[in-house]
Amino acid sequence: MRYAMAVDTKKCVGCSDCVVACQTENNVPIGYCRDWIVEVVDGTYPQLELEIRSERCNHCANSPCVRCCPTGASHYSDGGIVLVTHDECIGCGACIASCPYDARYPHPDGYVDKCTFCIHRVREGQQPACVEVCPTKCLYFGDLEDPESDVSKVLKKRKYKTLIPEAGTDPQLYFLI
Amino acid sequence: MTYENILIFISNHIMKSTRRDFIKIAAVGAGGLATSGGLFSWARANFFEEVPNAPGMTRTPTYCEICFWKCAGWVYKNEKGEIQKIIGNDEDPHCNGRLCPRGTGGVGMYYDEDRLKTPLVRRTVNGKQVFEPASWDEALDVVAQNLKKVAKEHGPECVALFTHGSGGKFFGDLLKAFGSENITAPSFAQCRGPREVAFLSTFGEIIASPERTDIRDTRCLVLIGSHIGENMHNGQVQEMSDAIDNGATIITVDPRYSTAASKSKYWLPIKPSTDIALLLAWINVIINEEWYDKKYVEKYCYGLEELKNHVKTFTPEWAYGITTIRPDVIYETAREMANASPAVIIHPGRHVTWYGDDTQRLRAVAILNALLGSWGRRGGFYSPEKKDLPSYPHPEFPKPKRTWRDAHPGKYNLALEVVSNDICDSTIPSPDRACNFKAWIVNGTNLIFTLPDQKKTLEAIQSLEFMVVIDTMPMEITGYADVVLPECTYLERYDYCRTDQHREPNIALRMPAAEPKYDSKPAWWIAKKLASKLDLDEYFKWNDIEELLDWQLKKVGTSLEEMKKVGVKKFPREYDDLYFYDDQEIQFNTNTGKIELYSTDLAAEGFVPMPVYTPHEEPQTGFYRLNYGRSPVHTFSRTANNPNLTDLMDENVLWVNPKVAKEWSLKAGQKIWLENQDGVLSTFPIKVRITERIRFDSVYMVHGFGHAEKRLTRSYGKGVSDTELITNVKTDPIMGGTGMRSNFVTFHVEDPHRKEVES
Ligand code: SF4
Ligand code: SF4
Ligand code: SF4
Repeated sequence: MRYAMAVDTKKCVGCSDCVVACQTENNVPIGYCRDWIVEVVDGTYPQLELEIRSERCNHCANSPCVRCCPTGASHYSDGGIVLVTHDECIGCGACIASCPYDARYPHPDGYVDKCTFCIHRVREGQQPACVEVCPTKCLYFGDLEDPESDVSKVLKKRKYKTLIPEAGTDPQLYFLI
Repeated sequence: MTYENILIFISNHIMKSTRRDFIKIAAVGAGGLATSGGLFSWARANFFEEVPNAPGMTRTPTYCEICFWKCAGWVYKNEKGEIQKIIGNDEDPHCNGRLCPRGTGGVGMYYDEDRLKTPLVRRTVNGKQVFEPASWDEALDVVAQNLKKVAKEHGPECVALFTHGSGGKFFGDLLKAFGSENITAPSFAQCRGPREVAFLSTFGEIIASPERTDIRDTRCLVLIGSHIGENMHNGQVQEMSDAIDNGATIITVDPRYSTAASKSKYWLPIKPSTDIALLLAWINVIINEEWYDKKYVEKYCYGLEELKNHVKTFTPEWAYGITTIRPDVIYETAREMANASPAVIIHPGRHVTWYGDDTQRLRAVAILNALLGSWGRRGGFYSPEKKDLPSYPHPEFPKPKRTWRDAHPGKYNLALEVVSNDICDSTIPSPDRACNFKAWIVNGTNLIFTLPDQKKTLEAIQSLEFMVVIDTMPMEITGYADVVLPECTYLERYDYCRTDQHREPNIALRMPAAEPKYDSKPAWWIAKKLASKLDLDEYFKWNDIEELLDWQLKKVGTSLEEMKKVGVKKFPREYDDLYFYDDQEIQFNTNTGKIELYSTDLAAEGFVPMPVYTPHEEPQTGFYRLNYGRSPVHTFSRTANNPNLTDLMDENVLWVNPKVAKEWSLKAGQKIWLENQDGVLSTFPIKVRITERIRFDSVYMVHGFGHAEKRLTRSYGKGVSDTELITNVKTDPIMGGTGMRSNFVTFHVEDPHRKEVES
């Protein structure tokens, strides 16, 4: 099993519904977020291009954050999902510094928090909260080892890229372009 | 060449940096964070590993009140009975199980600690006017006494109701029982009025809401200034995404590189205010090339010959000089539309009160749709249907002696709804009127931010004998009220069921998920209590809202009990099909019984029967046209203080083209003040966003910010109010709409208010 997510930049409108839904699903405190939107504008008026991306933890197969965690709180779980066990986390922030995607934040309760791919929902056979809410249906989630999963099918059909591949982290968040 | 590589854009994305700020604060003293306080107790949930607790959740149905789209959803409460999240109802055609960010963030409206908490009555204490907290009984007595006094001295017709939202229906019933039909919503004359009048005079039917556009199945979608995706009209955003998946061509006409423009095959960066010229040129090409749907036009349309003559000179070359859109692009996009016909939509837009000739612009849009045969066709405009619920039995409403139309006889005869700004005008005393409006009831609309020309709105308010405001939040308008009544939020109340049109008729229930917080009350309760104090009990014979709703629901074969379980119920269509069938004989609801390319209605009223282009005002040197629009995370000024949504965007920014920024030596993020063509200064400064996405002759901001009301603690002083800078209003002579896009601003890099004080 290898969980992954694909984001269709051709459909995402940058509405941030995925951000709000994640906050209310996962008790993310106001002022923090596990996912966020990046817009990249290129060109000069009127020759312009705009790419909109909903970003979050890349659940890298070769995660610097798991490697550098001194307590083992950061670990791989089902299907390669990168998790933090809150009560083992001492909040030292080594993982925050090591993540090339800036995907982690220090929770005010003293531990480090980040996207979990909504593992609590996935284990119940549901989609992650952001995937389920997205009005443009531009997020695809599933098991890459299952050729019938939404994410496998869309990655077969479409061109895609990953972010900062040169960091060698083997990211599992794919952007359809 | 690349000016904006990797721009981490402000609004939603600011959280990346906000998060940093919070870290700093957390280091100083974590206890001070809102997250550790009582605002969201669920945010403190102490969970092991990473699994938030799902079991023990209960859910109740609602439909969203954060905007007019009214998506149906489920309110989930955790095992402690606290509202945790709102999720779309899968059966709901408005949202298909997916709420928009505002609807998802609707929980913030309930938890907002700045809410109105108790009735307030204006009193003079030691020569100073103050609001004193009052009991409901006291406050409603004051309202009833004042309304009775106005009725006795001037007639009940001198009371007007401004409303925007579900509760308004109860106050509408109350006002009609009281003897006035002056019930108005800014959604007509400040928003979609021109399109409704234009489509009614062309097709004999209005567009209404949710729009009957068949975007899901379209092959070509043309957006004119309509920024779907930034305006989060949920169903349309979803269907536009489906259309992208299906390979539909999108053509966007907008001086700004909108999100929709970035998803389009063609972006036409038009010179602002010249849209009618482009539309006429498209009509010209489609007629000249004989690309129109001949069979459809011949069978259903009236006035083709007149139209042919009318548009003869409106060639793409002619339009090029006006719009700056190249003739070959006009020609090519016209061909795209024709190729897709009839599965093509020239979108009528929603907020369309721009330049004062808006009904005529929307007539051009309607005509183009008619020529391409898209009305009543798959992928064009479908025929919607709705399920009406009967009214609970009540005596006939009294016939008012006067209506708002009597204030200005002969004006705006084609207006379909009461013109809000006209009520405002006829509140300011004038010798040529027998009666002016003397009392306003305002529910769920912050008129200070809704009506342009704030000076006039304030003058009207000063002329009133009495004003009561019913709202959930201490919006600016409440500060001018004599009595303020705290309405509870939609998550704490019943309302009438939603019965809006769609492909399939359907109804949705809203029921309370929680007890009203503080001393707030639902609209139905307030209206009924007030009716009692006004001796109008016979119009509100139901004992409580559940009895009323159950009675209505049983009349259509369901019940309150069933609706509580399903939230949304669909009914079979009763009348026609979704689309016209081939060769269907159709009598359109127009004077000629045909689709009117030549409008007999407009001709009879003395207006040009076919649209013409008229040039509009242009910015003076050093001034830029003020354009405004929507953010996906806010609804007008209504959400400006919502904790979840201000977390995503708590201020608006001013989009400025890099060339303009260079001329003024503006830096990204710099705060500047604005002054409009009439010398009106913005109260607050606004941050500059330097971006290639805006034309050099205009600036852009999201509407609804710049609140000057200190009780809105999260939004006070954040950004600039576009409304305060809209003082040049171009009124549409056909239906009274307020054109708001002929305003121009210049910049102040130093605080001009301070200068005023010093000099
Ligand atoms: S909810 Fe969907 S469309 Fe909206 S920003 Fe997130 S990914 Fe993009
Ligand atoms: S997968 Fe879940 S935790 Fe991750 S960003 Fe989406 S909603 Fe948040
Ligand atoms: S579109 Fe969004 S704000 Fe409007 S009703 Fe639907 S969920 Fe609510």
